Amino acid sequence: MSNNTKLHHNEPLIRLSKKTALPVWKAWAIRLGAFLFAVLFCAVIILILTGSNPIEVYRMMFSGSFGTSRKFWNMLQSLAMLLIVSVAVTPAFKMRFWNIGAEGQVLAGALGTAAVMIYCGGKLPAAVVYPLMVVTAVVCGMIWAVIPAIFKALYNTNETLFTLMMNYVATQLVAYLIVFWEKPKGSNVVGTINNPYGDGDWFPAVFGQKSFISIAVVLAITIAMFVYLKYSKHGYEISVVGESENTARYIGINVKKVILRTMLLSGAICGIAGLLLVAGTSSQTISTATAGGRGFTAIMVSWLAKFNPIEMILTSFILVFFERGAGEISSELSQSFASILTGIVLFCIIGSEFFINYKINFRKRHKEDKGGEAA
Amino acid sequence: MEERVPAVELKGVCKRFGRIVANNNVNMSMYRGEILAVLGENGSGKTTLMNMISGIYFPDEGEVFVDGREVSIRSPKDAYELGIGMIHQHYKLVEIFSAAENIVLGVDADGRFDLKSETVRIRSICEKFGFSIDLSKKIYEMSVSEKQTVEIVKALYKGAEILILDEPTAVLTPQETKKLFSVLRAMKADGKCVVIITHKLNEVMEISDRVAVLRKGESVGSVETAETDMNALTQMMVGKQVILNIERPAPNNSVDRLFVKDLTCLNPEGFKVVDNVSFTAKSGEILGIAGIAGSGQRELLESIAGLQKIHAGEILYTNPSNGQTENLRNKTPMQIRNLGVRLSFVPEDRLGMGLVGNMDIIDNMMLRSYRKGKGVFLQRKPPKTLAERIIEELEVVTPDAKTPVRRLSGGNVQKVLVGREIASAPKVLMVAYPVRGLDINSSYMIYGLLNEQKRNGTCVIFVGEDLDVLLALCDRIVVLADGKVSGLVDARSATKDEIGLLMTKHGGSEEDEQ
Amino acid sequence: MNLTRISEFFVQAVMFGVPLLYGAVGEILTEKVGHLNLGIPGIMYVGGISGIIGGYFWETYGNPNNTVMCILCSLLSALAGSALMAFVYAFLTITLRANQNVTGLVLTTFGLGLGSYLGSALAGLLGTDTTISLNATSAAYKKLFWVDIKLFGSVFVSFGFLTLLAIVIAITASFVLQKTRVGLNLRAVGESPATADAAGINVIRYKYAGTVIGGAIAGLGGLYYVMDFIGGSWSNGGFDDRGWLAVALVIFAIWRPKLAIPGSILFGGLYILYSFIPNLPRSSQEIFKVFPYLVTIIVLILTSVRKKKENLPPASLGLPYFREDR
Repeated sequence: MSNNTKLHHNEPLIRLSKKTALPVWKAWAIRLGAFLFAVLFCAVIILILTGSNPIEVYRMMFSGSFGTSRKFWNMLQSLAMLLIVSVAVTPAFKMRFWNIGAEGQVLAGALGTAAVMIYCGGKLPAAVVYPLMVVTAVVCGMIWAVIPAIFKALYNTNETLFTLMMNYVATQLVAYLIVFWEKPKGSNVVGTINNPYGDGDWFPAVFGQKSFISIAVVLAITIAMFVYLKYSKHGYEISVVGESENTARYIGINVKKVILRTMLLSGAICGIAGLLLVAGTSSQTISTATAGGRGFTAIMVSWLAKFNPIEMILTSFILVFFERGAGEISSELSQSFASILTGIVLFCIIGSEFFINYKINFRKRHKEDKGGEAA
Repeated sequence: MEERVPAVELKGVCKRFGRIVANNNVNMSMYRGEILAVLGENGSGKTTLMNMISGIYFPDEGEVFVDGREVSIRSPKDAYELGIGMIHQHYKLVEIFSAAENIVLGVDADGRFDLKSETVRIRSICEKFGFSIDLSKKIYEMSVSEKQTVEIVKALYKGAEILILDEPTAVLTPQETKKLFSVLRAMKADGKCVVIITHKLNEVMEISDRVAVLRKGESVGSVETAETDMNALTQMMVGKQVILNIERPAPNNSVDRLFVKDLTCLNPEGFKVVDNVSFTAKSGEILGIAGIAGSGQRELLESIAGLQKIHAGEILYTNPSNGQTENLRNKTPMQIRNLGVRLSFVPEDRLGMGLVGNMDIIDNMMLRSYRKGKGVFLQRKPPKTLAERIIEELEVVTPDAKTPVRRLSGGNVQKVLVGREIASAPKVLMVAYPVRGLDINSSYMIYGLLNEQKRNGTCVIFVGEDLDVLLALCDRIVVLADGKVSGLVDARSATKDEIGLLMTKHGGSEEDEQ
Repeated sequence: MNLTRISEFFVQAVMFGVPLLYGAVGEILTEKVGHLNLGIPGIMYVGGISGIIGGYFWETYGNPNNTVMCILCSLLSALAGSALMAFVYAFLTITLRANQNVTGLVLTTFGLGLGSYLGSALAGLLGTDTTISLNATSAAYKKLFWVDIKLFGSVFVSFGFLTLLAIVIAITASFVLQKTRVGLNLRAVGESPATADAAGINVIRYKYAGTVIGGAIAGLGGLYYVMDFIGGSWSNGGFDDRGWLAVALVIFAIWRPKLAIPGSILFGGLYILYSFIPNLPRSSQEIFKVFPYLVTIIVLILTSVRKKKENLPPASLGLPYFREDR
C-alpha cells in the first residue's frame, strides 16, 4: 500500500503554534514596528506614484494636521467625529456583536436632529428645541441599532449582514427626506439649516472655536465609555458575554437583555454623533454622505485599539492624520490617495497581529543531532 | 512471527502545548491483525498521542515509523496516504451533508465525481463489516451512534488499514457497544490494525489483544491482554497501588435539603437525556452520582442550577433559614439566587463555563459577586481580597492575582473555581468531575475542601467518574444509566462491581428505539 | 404599459443586475469557504478601473480594430486587478488569520481609493478634463457575441457576451458546488474546516482558491459596468453602492449561485422600477431604491427564523482556522 517514496516527508518547513502570552510591551513593539514599516512602505508608494520626496510629503502631511491653528482645530474636529462613532460601536464589539451598521445609526441620528431643526426650529423656544434635538437623535439612533439586535436575540439572525443592510435603508430614507427639505427646490441639497435663535451657528463658539463643544462632548463620552466598560457592572457583563456566552448563562446573566441594552447604548451614541455632525459642524446640513464612511472606519479604529476607548484617540488620530495629510499633497488626488495610504497602514497593522498571536517555528535541523544521540 | 514489523511505531515522541507537556518520550507499537487498547486516565495524553499519528498535531520531538519506515505525518492527508484513519471523539462530520457525501469527502480521485457509483462501493464496505446506515440521511438528523458508524465507514472507504478510535463507547448504549465490538473484530479478522483509546477496563479486557498504558503523558509499557487482569492494569494506569486514603467524616446533622422528583430533560433532538430521575440530597453529606460519560449527569446538574429547560418533574429546595420549600423548576440562575437559595456549581467545563479564561483571577472571583453593592459600579476590593485569600489558602501557583486564568495549569484553575464557589458559603454545592486532570496533591486538596463543606452542613453533590474515589468519599451514590436512576447505594458498603453493574444496567425501552 | 416598455424594463433590470450577479457569485464562492469578504465593493471597483486601463493601453498602443485583443486586454487586466485585491484579503485572513470583517472593510477603503486614484491618474494622462472614453473596446464588448431574445413575439432584446458569461458562470458555479468533488470539498471547508482537514482536504489551498477566484469573478462585475453598462468610460465613484447590493444578493440567494440569477434581475428591477412608473414624485423614487435592501432583510430574517440548516450561512463563516487549536 505505501510503496511510493514521497511518503518520506521531512518535517514541514514552517510550522505555526499559538503563543500563550506575550508581554504587553512586546505586543505594542510589534504593532509599532508594523506601523513604521507601513510608513516606509507608504514612502515608497508616494515616491512611485507622485514622484515627490517622501520626507517632504510627510512634512507636508504633518503640517496638514498641525500647520496652522485652523488646521489643527479642523483636525481635532475630524478626529472627534471619527472617535465618537468608534466609541459608539465599541461596546457591541466587545460583546462580539459585529455591528457594522454605525453608518446607518449615525444617519438616523442625523435625520432626527435635522427634522427637529427644520420643523421645530424657530417655532418652539430654544430651551425646548435643543433638548428635543438630543432626544430625537438618541432615539433615532437607538431604533436603528436595536432592530437587528432584537432579531439577533430572538432568532440569532446574522447581525453583520443585518446591520450592513440597515445602512442603506437609512441612506435611502435620508435621500427620500432630502426631497422635502431641499433648498432651493430641485437642487437635491438641503443647504445650511440656519439657527433661528441667533445669527450664528447652532452650537455657540467657545474660546473662539465653533467645534469646541462637539470636541468636548466627544471627549466626555470617550472617557465615560472607558469608565463604563472597565468599572461598571454593565461593562463587566458585556465582557463576560463577549468572552463566553456559556459562562454568562452560568452566572445568570440574561444574554438577550445584555445584547439589547448594549445595542441601545451603541445606537444612542451613534445618534449623538449624528447630532454633532448635523448641528455641531460648520456645514449644518444633512446629506446621504453625512456619516461619510465613518461607520466603517470606526470599526477599524475600535478594533485597532483593542476596544479600549482611550487608545482609540491614538488610532483615530492615525487615520485622520493620513486623511488630512494627503489633502496637503495634492488637492485633486487627496481623498483617494489618503484611502490608499490608510489602507496600506491598516493592512500592515492588521497583519502584524499574526506575529503577536502566533509563533513561527522553522524546521529544526535536529535529525543530525538525533542520529548522533541514538548511536 | 517473532519479528513482526509494527504497522505503526512511535519512538520518543514529545508534544508540548505552551508549558503543558502532553506527551513526553512516548514509545509504542501497534500491529496488523490486532486490537490494541491505549489505556490511561483522563488527561494522560492518549488523544494527543493519537492525534500525532493522524496528522492533527505534529510532534515536537521523536520519530514515527509506519511499516518500518520513518515517516513525517504533517496533515490528515498524509495520514490517509499511509492508511491511517482516526475516529475522533468529537465526530468530524459536516452537519448539512448526507452520510454518503461525508464518506467520500476529501478523497482524491481522478475523473468525474459520481455519488451513485461511490455509493455502490460504500454499500459493499458496509456489507463486508456489517454496518447498516441510510446513506442519504443528513448528519444533523442522525443519532450519535449513526454518526459514529458514518465515521468508521468513512475511514474504511478511504482505505484505512490502521484505524484509531478515540473513546468510541463513551456515548453508546451497551447494545451499540456490542455491535461496535463485533465490527472491530471483523476488521481485525480482515488484517487491519485497530487501536481504541479508552479508560474503561472492562472494555479493554473484552475487546483488546494487547494494552498499551499511558500515565501522565508517558508510556508505562504494554502487555498482552490475556496475560493481565484489571488489577494489574489499574496499577499500571495509576502508578503504584494508591490506597485512596480519603477522609470520610460521618454525616453531620443530616436533613433533607434538595428533592429531585421525576425529573425529565430533553436534548435539542428531543431525546430524553434525563429520564424520570428522583432522589433526595441531604445536608451534611456527600451524595455521589456515578455513571458512564453522557448518562445525563451534565443535564441533571444544569437543570438544578437553572441552566437547562426541564421537560417534566420538579426540583424542590428546603431553605434552612426559614424552612420554606421553593420549587426551582425552570427558574433562571438569577431567580434561584433571588429566592435566597444558596447553590454553588462547579461545572465540568471549567474554562468554558465556570471561569472566563481571558480574565484575571480577581475578575473571575467577581463572576459570582459582581452584582453586590449599590450603584452601577463594580466593587473590586472584596473580590481582590477573596482572590488573594484563595491563592494563599489553596496554594494556587500563579504570578499574581492579575494573571489571566487561562495561563494557569489545570489544577490551579480548578482551585480558583472551587475556591470561588465555596466562598459564598453554599447550602448546596454541586461539583462535576472536580479532580479530572488534576495531580494527586490537588485532588486531595479538593476532597478536603468538599469534606469541610460537608462538616459545615452543606449538601454536596459530587459527579465523578473514578469509582474508587466515589466509594471512598461519598456517603450515598446515585447511579445513572442512560439518563435513568439505575440504583442508589450506600457508599460505605457498596462494592465497585456492584456500581459497575448498575452503570451498565439499561432499561428495556432502549432496545425498541434502535 | 405597453410591450415595448415592459421589454425595455426587463433589459434595464438585467443590465442593472449583471454586475450584482458577478459580485454575488464571487462572494458566494468566498463565503462558501468560510470567508465573509466585505472588500467586495473595493474589489469590483478595482476590477472596473483595471479593465479600463487594460482597454486604454490596447486602444492607444495596439490596434483598436482588433476586437478580440480589445476584449482580451481589458478582460485579463480586470481579472488580474481584482484577483490581486482578493489575494491581499486572502493572505491577511487565511495565512495571517486576521479579522475578516476589519480586513474586508479596509480592502474596500483601499480599493475605492486605488480605483479613484488610478481613474484620476489616467484622466491626467489624457490631459485634464478629458473623460476616458474607450469606444472601440466598449463596442467590442457589445458586438463580439450577443443574443437576441424574442420577447412577446415581436420585441427583440439583445445582450452582450458579458451578460451571457455572468449567467454561464453562475450556472457553472452552481454545478461545481453541488455536483462535483471539488464543490463538495469546498463546501466542507466553509462548513467545518476541521472536518475537511481531517478528511485530508488542503483547507488553506481551498480557502485561497475560493477567495481569489471569487474576487476575480466579482471583478468582472466592475468590468461589465464600465464596458457595457456605461459604454467604456470611467467616473470616480460612479459605481455607487453596487458592491453592497451584491453582498445583499448573496443573502437573498441563500448562498446559491443559481438563485442569484433571478435574484439579480429582481434586484435590478426593483432598483430601476421607479423610472418606469409614470408620474412618480422624486421622493418616492428614492423610496423604491430601498426595496432590494428591504427584501434582503426579510430573507435574512425568514431564514434565521426557519433555521433550515441548508439555508443558513456557512457554519464557519467569519471564523479563522488554525489546526492545532484546542
